Parts: sequence; C-alpha cells; structure tokens
Amino acid sequence: MNPSLTAVVGGYLTRRRAMLVVLVLGVMLIVGALLALAIGSEHVAFSRLLVALLAKVTGAASTLSREQEVIVFSLRLPRIALAIGVGAALSMAGAAFQALLRNPLADPYVLGVSGGAALGSILAILLAAEVAIAQPLFGFAGAVAATLIVYQLGRRDDDPARLALAGVVLSTFLSSTIVLVTALANNVKLRQITMWLLGDLSSGNPEGLLFVIAAVLIGATVLMTQSRALNLMMIGERDAFALGVETSRVRWIVHLTASLMTGTAVAAGGAIGYVGLVVPHLVRLAVGADNRLVIPASALAGALLVLLADTVARTMLSPRELPTGAITALVGAPVFVYLLVKGRSTR
Amino acid sequence: MLELRDVHFNYDRAVLRGITLEIRAGEIVALLGPNGAGKSTLLGAAYGALEPSSGEVLFDGRLVKSFARRELARRIAVVAQAGEIRFPLTAFEYVLTGRFAHSSALGFDSPHDVEVAMKALRDTDAAQFAQRYFNELSSGERQRVVLARALAQEARLLLLDEPTANADIAHQVSLLSLVRALTHERKLAALVVTHEINLAAEFADRVALLKDGKLLACGTPRDVMTEALLGELFETYLLVDAHPHSGNPRISWTVKR
Repeated sequence: MNPSLTAVVGGYLTRRRAMLVVLVLGVMLIVGALLALAIGSEHVAFSRLLVALLAKVTGAASTLSREQEVIVFSLRLPRIALAIGVGAALSMAGAAFQALLRNPLADPYVLGVSGGAALGSILAILLAAEVAIAQPLFGFAGAVAATLIVYQLGRRDDDPARLALAGVVLSTFLSSTIVLVTALANNVKLRQITMWLLGDLSSGNPEGLLFVIAAVLIGATVLMTQSRALNLMMIGERDAFALGVETSRVRWIVHLTASLMTGTAVAAGGAIGYVGLVVPHLVRLAVGADNRLVIPASALAGALLVLLADTVARTMLSPRELPTGAITALVGAPVFVYLLVKGRSTR
Repeated sequence: MLELRDVHFNYDRAVLRGITLEIRAGEIVALLGPNGAGKSTLLGAAYGALEPSSGEVLFDGRLVKSFARRELARRIAVVAQAGEIRFPLTAFEYVLTGRFAHSSALGFDSPHDVEVAMKALRDTDAAQFAQRYFNELSSGERQRVVLARALAQEARLLLLDEPTANADIAHQVSLLSLVRALTHERKLAALVVTHEINLAAEFADRVALLKDGKLLACGTPRDVMTEALLGELFETYLLVDAHPHSGNPRISWTVKR
C-alpha cells in the first residue's frame, strides 16, 4: 500500500483493533469474575482465593475453610457464571435486534421479547415443572412469538419510536397476562415466580445455566457469521439486498438466534432489562458500529455489566439481596430516555 | 448486457406494460419520464428486487432471478438515494460495505478491499471525508459516497437512481463525466434514471422515454429528444435547440403565454 493511502485510511475496523478490544474486555471480565468471587457477605481475601483456585486446578488440598469452600464454589461460582451468561446473551441479542431493525432503541426487554420469554417460562413452570428443558424451550417459543408480533406491528414505517412503542404495549400486555397466570397458580410457586420476574440470578438451577451457556456459544458463533451481513442490514434492507445479502434468510437466522438467547437467558435469570440496550450503545460509542466487533465486545461488556449489577445486588444491602434486574433498570431506563430524546432531535 | 423482454409489472395497477429494452456494454442509457411513469419499478426489476408479473430480465443472457445475491452484486451495482443511518458509521466503512460480495462472510477487509474502496472515494472526489461519519455529511456529499460504494463493488452494470439529485452543478457534471469515463473506457454499462434532462442529453448514449409504463421512444438524444416527443412525455411545452458547444439537444422550459 502506498504511503499517501495509509495516511488517509483509518476510521474502519481492522482485525488487529478488534482483537485488542476483545482481549482487553476479556481480561477485565476475568478479573471482575475473580473479584466477584471474593466479595460478599462472607469476604475471602483475594490472595487466598487465588491460592484456593490454584489448588482446585492442581488438585491440592484446599486452603479455605469448609464453609468458605461451599460459599465460593457452590453458591457464588454458579451465580457468577449465570450472570456472565445472561449478560452476554441479552447484550448480543440487543445488538442483533438493533442492527436488524435499524433501531438503536431495540432491546429484548423494550421490544417485549423478554416478556414473551417470561410468559413462556412461567407456563413451563406451571405445566411441566419437572421437565428441565421445558423452561428454556417454552422461553424460546415465547420469545419467537413476541418477536414476530412486535416485528409486524413496528416494521411498517421507518420510525424507531414507533417500534419501541409497539414493544412497550406488548410488554404491558404480557405483564398483565403474567399477573393473571400467577394469580391462578398456588402460593409457593407464586412467590418463586414474582421474584424471578424481576431478574433474580440467585435461584438459577444448574440446567438453566447449562442452557444459557449453550445458547451463548451457539448464538455468538451464528451471529459472528452474520456480522458482515448485519453491517449492511444496519444501513438498510434494500441496500443490503443490492449489495449481495440474502436479506430474508439473514433476517430469519438472526431473529431466531436472538430469540434463542433471550429465551434461555430469561428462563434462567428472569427478565433482566435494558442490558441489551445500554451495552451495545456504549460499545458503539467506544469502538464504532462494525458488528464484527460490536457483537463479541457486547457479549463481554454485557457479561461484565450484569456481573457488576449482580454483585451490587447481593452486597449493597448485605445480607439482604436485591433483584439484579432492579439494578440494571435503574441504569438502563434513563439511557433509554436519553436515546429516545436524542433520536427525536436529529430528525 | 442487461436485457428486458416484454416486462410487465402489476402492483394495484399496471405499472410496467411490456417493456423491451437492452443495455449494452460501453453505453449510458438515460431513463426519462414524469413522476409515476414506472422508472424506479423498472430499475427494481433490473436487479431482481422486484419480480416482473410477466416477461424476462436477463443479465448476459441468464435470468437475473437465477443468480445468487452475491453473484449478482458482483455484476450489478445500484446507486439510490441514501437514507439516514442511525448508527455511527464512517463514510469509509460505508464504502467498504460495497466489498461484501467480493470477500468472505467472516473475515476482515483485505488490503486490496481497502485500496479499492479508497480509490473509489478518490474517483468521486470524496476521499477528504472518508473518516467523517456518514450522517454528518451533506446530502450532496453523501451522494458521492454512495456512488463510491457502487464503484467499490466493481460491477459491470451501474443502475443509478437520480445520482445527481442534491449535488451541486459542478458535481453533477463531474459525477456524470466519471460515469461516462467508466462506461466508455472500462466497457461498463449504466442505466440512469434522472430528471436532469439536459445532463441526459449531454451524457447519455441513448435515451429511453417512459410514460405510463410504456416506452414512448428509445434512441440517441438527437433522435428522440425532440420538442414533439418531450412535449408528449411531460405534457408540457419545452423548447429544444442545440447546445452551442456539443451540438446535443438543449432543452429549456418556457411559460406559455
């Protein structure tokens, strides 16, 4: 490449820059996870935790007390893994919906997709509580149904606020349905359900965690193969079609993948809101809009954000715990309003 | 290169009614007609975005609808009015999306892709805003970036839907000069929908007059851009004389007294 060319070029994504960003976020996530493992109502010194982890890996005798061992590895570790999985799933789903719908306001929670998944999961708890796969499966089905409905309602004209409005209406309708369904259920289940609706990562079961991890791995792989096409869809479907994208195929693949991630995440951790809205937005501000980076970076940053929110939720009023979804909504709702107002002023 | 054979297109009414038109390598064909004549529909049918109700659209003798999208995007590039993008994409990233059909779905842009995109931006006199956000550009500047993206596709046929709308007069002339250079020197073909009839008269090798979904006439500007035909096409009185330099038709409007 001649020098005059390199002088002008810039402002686009190179493999090196993408790798660097992913590496930095990855390291931050690992450090964050270790810190989250150490802090809580029972504090474990960070150095002792590292020694204990090393002992786990090498098979040496544990340096922690029996009680600490249970708290760190049986209680905190699965919860942290779930926070990471749910954060990654919802953020990637948000980034995917936004690119596909050309709408920065799109987010599984705002669109009502999380609500659909929640209703599906609740029906699974009520109808087939003993079948482990029923919950993520029904969650997925609910997410797909909600996606189809909101897409039909909001796609007609090209107004992002209208789609968001359709999502809000759908969400309210689904919440009412959920209230109705829970009112018909017996009391023990009711309590369980209302806690979990607010986004409660503490009651996660091991199967739920496995499904989320599987969905994140599948979803990340599929979305990465579509990331270039999503860059074009983000500009416009007509443009994407003319530039060589099989638009209807991409639309189906991405809708299903985002619904799968939302469905399993909500089934395991409840409807944790606004993660899919806030995270991709911040990522784009920091590294640009190219989905080849926005998708993996959102996965890592989203994992980090939900991990942070969950750590705050379980430590702020310790030993009492707050639902994780309440923390993310406190941050997310103002960001949503900001994006809505900003979107208005530029048109 | 592109051939339309008796193409009909019905929406709620008959939009195209038996269009037969061929566009050959090395020529610019301008498509003129009043609003609602079916120009955009014809363009849409040419790259497979719209399926004709009857008739055939062929590229190099092969049905356009039989191509995979990526195959077709390496052959036909479309330049349309750019809408608003709601994400922070730079002009350079925008032009690089033109390389989609040439590169693997997963990978990053190769040095060759970057070079092609940069050259396209230079060709359309848009290199100076490569790193600015697309949304921050004026509509005339955007138009040049959109054309650059089409050039980055390295297609053989350019379909241009009002490429000079919003461009200032200097860039209207330079954009069409560029399209002419590409068609004549590199043997590309171009189909241009335009309302700038004087630019069409100067730059087009052939002009197709479209009215109510039918071709009123098709031929060289000197043959078909007559007072009689243009008057019939636009249903208004137009004066036609010769351009003092080129001798091509020069069209002026006049208010009937």
